Amino acid sequence: MKGFMNDHTVRSYEDELALLDKKIAQMGGIAEQNLGQSFDALERRDPNLAENVIKSDRSIDVLQREIEDQVISMIARRQPMADDLRHVMSALRITGDLERVGDLAKNIAKRALAIAHETHPKPVITGFRHMVELALRQLKDVLDAYADRDAARALQVWHEDAQIDAMYNSLFRELLTYMMEDPRNIGLSTHLLFGAKNIERVGDHTTNIAETVHFMVTGNSITEDRPKIEQVAPVSQFKS
Amino acid sequence: MFARMVDTQTEAISVKNLRFFYGEREALHGINIPLYARQVTAFIGPSGCGKSTLLRVLNRMYDLYPKQRAEGEVIFDGRNILERGIDLNLLRSRIGMVFQKPTPFPMTIYENIAFGIRLYERLPKSELDGRVETALQKAALWNEVKDKLSASGMSLSGGQQQRLCIARTVAIRPEVILLDEPCSALDPISTAKVEELIDELKRDFTIAIVTHNMQQAARVSQHTAFMYLGDLAEFGLTTDIFTRPQDKRTQDYITGRFG
Repeated sequence: MKGFMNDHTVRSYEDELALLDKKIAQMGGIAEQNLGQSFDALERRDPNLAENVIKSDRSIDVLQREIEDQVISMIARRQPMADDLRHVMSALRITGDLERVGDLAKNIAKRALAIAHETHPKPVITGFRHMVELALRQLKDVLDAYADRDAARALQVWHEDAQIDAMYNSLFRELLTYMMEDPRNIGLSTHLLFGAKNIERVGDHTTNIAETVHFMVTGNSITEDRPKIEQVAPVSQFKS
Repeated sequence: MFARMVDTQTEAISVKNLRFFYGEREALHGINIPLYARQVTAFIGPSGCGKSTLLRVLNRMYDLYPKQRAEGEVIFDGRNILERGIDLNLLRSRIGMVFQKPTPFPMTIYENIAFGIRLYERLPKSELDGRVETALQKAALWNEVKDKLSASGMSLSGGQQQRLCIARTVAIRPEVILLDEPCSALDPISTAKVEELIDELKRDFTIAIVTHNMQQAARVSQHTAFMYLGDLAEFGLTTDIFTRPQDKRTQDYITGRFG
């Protein structure tokens, strides 16, 4: 519903809703930072950076609990209706997705620690980096869509998740090839594969957030089928 | 998540192009609205929006006041009840009303109920006793008063008095019950009992309720009408009105952004 929005007559209600948005933005900011830094740690083989990311995940968890508590409190005390109700319910959902993004970043940082002393295959790392950059861009866009109440932008993010899936499938094939060339590559490749899967999962959570934002703004769910490349690279393709 | 339901219910009352005047002043500007049978329809809106005015048209209560008149149609049982020649007493026995302030008669509890029945029917005492008991049961009051039916109706608490008024209304077996802010004068426990009562009554009666309390409208009704300055600004399923209203005025009102 466009047009000038009046403020709530009760000022403290308005302030509480603003606080909710501020915390979501904060949480999103840390999640973005951790995601980017977890990959940097992996690419540069930097254990210190990896450790910092792992520690920083705690502040994401704290924010999630705060947001959940605030939403429940507001439902009890304010009985939010209509757009306010959708707003607080959306904040509740989004905080869950952001917490998972934080966990996935922490997981990548752990893998970075595990493979810090290995030589990385350059083409794979490059492909990985492109995937991370796209995931980061999507996450930033969807959080902006939330802050700006922009359903169109959320829908755009929702559509572009297919790209991340495509990149994941391509990386998957590359890594299988790498493993088949030399069994000594298997350990490293497996970590990278799980890492890439984590990025694909970040994409999924971003898509969840996009659906939530769309619902928050319009009151309606996205009715199209999720853009998903279901076909996983068949193994037979690799048998010589 | 509740799906949007298609309304394929019967209309107990159909309001068409209703205009209402207090003297020269038009207070309702052409209202079109259905009251679905055996459902609860809530009317909400800021003070002066016309919701109580609308309620009082539905059983011609305004007829008691000289300078008030209605134009348009209110169709009930195939007839426009705004026409001349409508038997108003009969109408009001079929469309009953409960007011904000409990209005028990200065009689015994038993007589409060029996009085109305006797106006329309001649019954042997045993049958009358049965009707009184049924009405009090339906109003969830029987257990509290069964041992003191000869006590004065005025000796009951506010919440009980209101339920007595509801019992009195259902005793004469109307088809429609109009409730004008029935819980405004009641404490939360009595309010909850009346809301439970409304839930049960809707199985047998069509109910319209005017209320200042939006949460109450959200709790008890299946459809909600939002009125504003004499217009029907929005009407729909209660779930939709309170989760995704279409009209900005509705949204502003129910979220506390009005004024």
